[in-house]
Amino acid sequence: MTAITVRPARRLAGGTAAGLGVAVLYLSLIVLIPLAAVVWRSADQGPGYFWRSVTTPDAWAALTLTIGASALVALINLVMGTAIAWVLVRDRFPGRRVLDTIIDLPFALPTIVAGLVLLALYGPQSPLGINLAYSRAGVVLALMFVTLPFVVRTVQPVLLELDTEMEQAAASLGAGPFQTFRRVILPNLIPAMLSGTALAFTRAISEFGSTVLISGNLPFKTQVAAVNIFSQIEGDNTTGAAAISTVLLVVALVALISLDVLQRWGSRRG
Amino acid sequence: MAKHALRLVAVAYVLFLLVLPVILIVWRTFGDGLGPFVEALTSPSALHAFKVTVTVAGWAVVANTVFGVLTAILLVRHRFPGKRLLGAFIDLPMAVSPVVVGLALILVYGRFAPFGGLLESWGIQVIFSTPGMVLATVFVALPLVVRAIVPVLEELGDEQEQAAHTLGASRLQAFIRITLPGIRWALGYGIVLCLARSLGEYGAVAVVSGRLVDQTQTLTLFVEERFQNFDQPAAFAAATALALIAVVTLLLTKLLRPKDRIDGN
Amino acid sequence: MAIEVRDVNKSFGTTPVLHDVSLDVAAGSLTALLGPSGGGKSTLLRVIAGLERPDTGTVRISGVDATRLSPQRRNVGFVFQHYAAFKHLTVFRNVAYGLEIRKRPKDEIRKRVMELLELVHLEKLADRYPSQLSGGQRQRMALARALAVEPQVLLLDEPFGALDAQVRKELRTWLRRLHDEVHVTTVFVTHDQEEAIEVADTIVVLAGGEVVQAGSPAEVYDNPANPFVMRFLGPVTEIDGNLVRPHDIEISPDPVEGGSPAVVSRVVRLGFEVRVEVEIGGQDAWVQVTREQADRLGLGPGDAVHLRPIPGARSLALAL
Repeated sequence: MTAITVRPARRLAGGTAAGLGVAVLYLSLIVLIPLAAVVWRSADQGPGYFWRSVTTPDAWAALTLTIGASALVALINLVMGTAIAWVLVRDRFPGRRVLDTIIDLPFALPTIVAGLVLLALYGPQSPLGINLAYSRAGVVLALMFVTLPFVVRTVQPVLLELDTEMEQAAASLGAGPFQTFRRVILPNLIPAMLSGTALAFTRAISEFGSTVLISGNLPFKTQVAAVNIFSQIEGDNTTGAAAISTVLLVVALVALISLDVLQRWGSRRG
Repeated sequence: MAKHALRLVAVAYVLFLLVLPVILIVWRTFGDGLGPFVEALTSPSALHAFKVTVTVAGWAVVANTVFGVLTAILLVRHRFPGKRLLGAFIDLPMAVSPVVVGLALILVYGRFAPFGGLLESWGIQVIFSTPGMVLATVFVALPLVVRAIVPVLEELGDEQEQAAHTLGASRLQAFIRITLPGIRWALGYGIVLCLARSLGEYGAVAVVSGRLVDQTQTLTLFVEERFQNFDQPAAFAAATALALIAVVTLLLTKLLRPKDRIDGN
Repeated sequence: MAIEVRDVNKSFGTTPVLHDVSLDVAAGSLTALLGPSGGGKSTLLRVIAGLERPDTGTVRISGVDATRLSPQRRNVGFVFQHYAAFKHLTVFRNVAYGLEIRKRPKDEIRKRVMELLELVHLEKLADRYPSQLSGGQRQRMALARALAVEPQVLLLDEPFGALDAQVRKELRTWLRRLHDEVHVTTVFVTHDQEEAIEVADTIVVLAGGEVVQAGSPAEVYDNPANPFVMRFLGPVTEIDGNLVRPHDIEISPDPVEGGSPAVVSRVVRLGFEVRVEVEIGGQDAWVQVTREQADRLGLGPGDAVHLRPIPGARSLALAL
């Protein structure tokens, strides 16, 4: 038997502190300090300048287009995403697993490539004869592409876990399929649906690469906020760029906090 | 009946939005055979873009993997105040526009910025150079490895590690022999996600790199620049290469996805 | 003394779990920490193992102060309720783990591991993975693994809790026999009094984070320190404000000295035993008699009888 050597044990707290320190340092240097710098810079020349930067005709147009289009796209993919999740979970047909795998394509494909492929099929050289280049519809199309998986992937696991006995009980009590869906299934899906929609929205307002090619970046018409910020940076108007960026960050933050609040409210009821 | 209609709608949506556009590009790329494709991708600019992309993505994946494993263990196995805040900060990159990422890094690491000036005086150029591109890529892909590992770590529980401790293993030994093997599929999944994201990053790198052709041009920047210069074949070829990488990524993640794996063998 | 615990206090956050706990475990003994769930037994075991740190108090193992030592340095074997098997290693490599950490030569490892696998009758399954074993086999593997590094003390945390009743009973007997062969100081945690009585040399009753009583199974059963221990260790019934064991009650149709009158409400035949339920002094109680006694007395519902505790049997007055 080995003798016990009396050596003090390493304090748990010490190891935790070191690891935490490293993690926080990494995060600070790469994420936190740079983001803080953006907000800081946006206030660089006072609130008046901030407001003016944000309300210049092109910036304002870009922001309203972005938020409007993102909201629209979020809603579209809310409906379509739920439908797709339903089909993936509840339906059986050849190629279903392929469909399930393809859904994640927007997560894997670089945004610029997404923009390019959409332009090929829905631009000037479209074999389908649909030309959405230089139009707002093109922007909406690009945003639909990149946000497609969000609602699907939040709703799918909930649907999978849903207890079919609930539906059977409803049926035994006389409820038809639509009623069952509306009263039994849908309420259970709503938190996941909202969650996916909020994520889709925040993704859409941030989108850059996929809109660049198809929209033509026409200011006042098809230029999204991210592209506007990009042109401000190129034009050395860093304060203006920072101001618009801060607006985007705040909108994203509000969306995510509302989501968190909604989820907590939802889980308290459920 | 409704079932079939729904199925049709869902499939058609995905088909026309996702599948057909990609197939069209691949079709157009290989329309004249394999030759032009290979030629376009082996031009000096293209090869250089490949090299830059792989270098930048490689560093980013290594950094985020180390950070990811460390932070996942911190979040799951340790107690400390502010854990939720840390979790929220880790998720922050998901909500930030790539262009804003670029701007943020310029403001801190640009030549006339506090850190950037300091680093310049040491001979390290961050913005308009590889380090800046690595930082931007690290930023956008930051949460991916952490988030892949955390649920598996939680599910594994720490009893195996405690057992290892009672058998005399030091914390490092237990980590290497017990923890890492336990999370290997989730870790693989996270690394693949991180790699795919890093290879495909466009916006943040566009801002931070200055898009200097043959110097700081990644493959994604190459696609855009060639297209804007009316060199469709090169743009399409690179886009197809990236699309193929994306498909491989999808298949790999399907294989590695933690939910479908029974841990063990 | 193999283990000496002195004045250990432990709280999780604001919840106190162990309160001034002191106990001695003799070398080579087999001790059970017995008590209801949440009573602190597992926590105490983990404090001894070094998996938890006490807020105050000391732990000495084989005469050495181990309070500040990490689990790696204490040389205790620990067996978990849910086995904590290394899922990615074969049975052989699981058992060999501690030896590999200590960098023993390969032949030595092979010899020792096979020895232990034979001891726990798993030698034919050495190349299997834990997922291919039954619960009982996994637990035997866990035991072999803990024993491989020759610990000074073996600690088992509800080792049979995750197994079904039949396997549990088999492993109980098996543990006792193993201990007789190997003679390692062993402490195990259980909430099952039958298990504790059957297996252990010494029982320590822990409830509400405190040691309530410690002694041999007979002592704890026959001379419980308080009503809680009496109730926990075996069946009890109440007669005249005293707690008595139902099998320690004389029941007769005629008045007896020191007896109390009662009325039979029900007679239940449970195989070998017969349970006679009575109403006495306005309350319900029951008496355990053998089949032979029941036949001899010929009791039925409504019969008037007289009960008294068997002379010499332990009864505890209940505070009113």
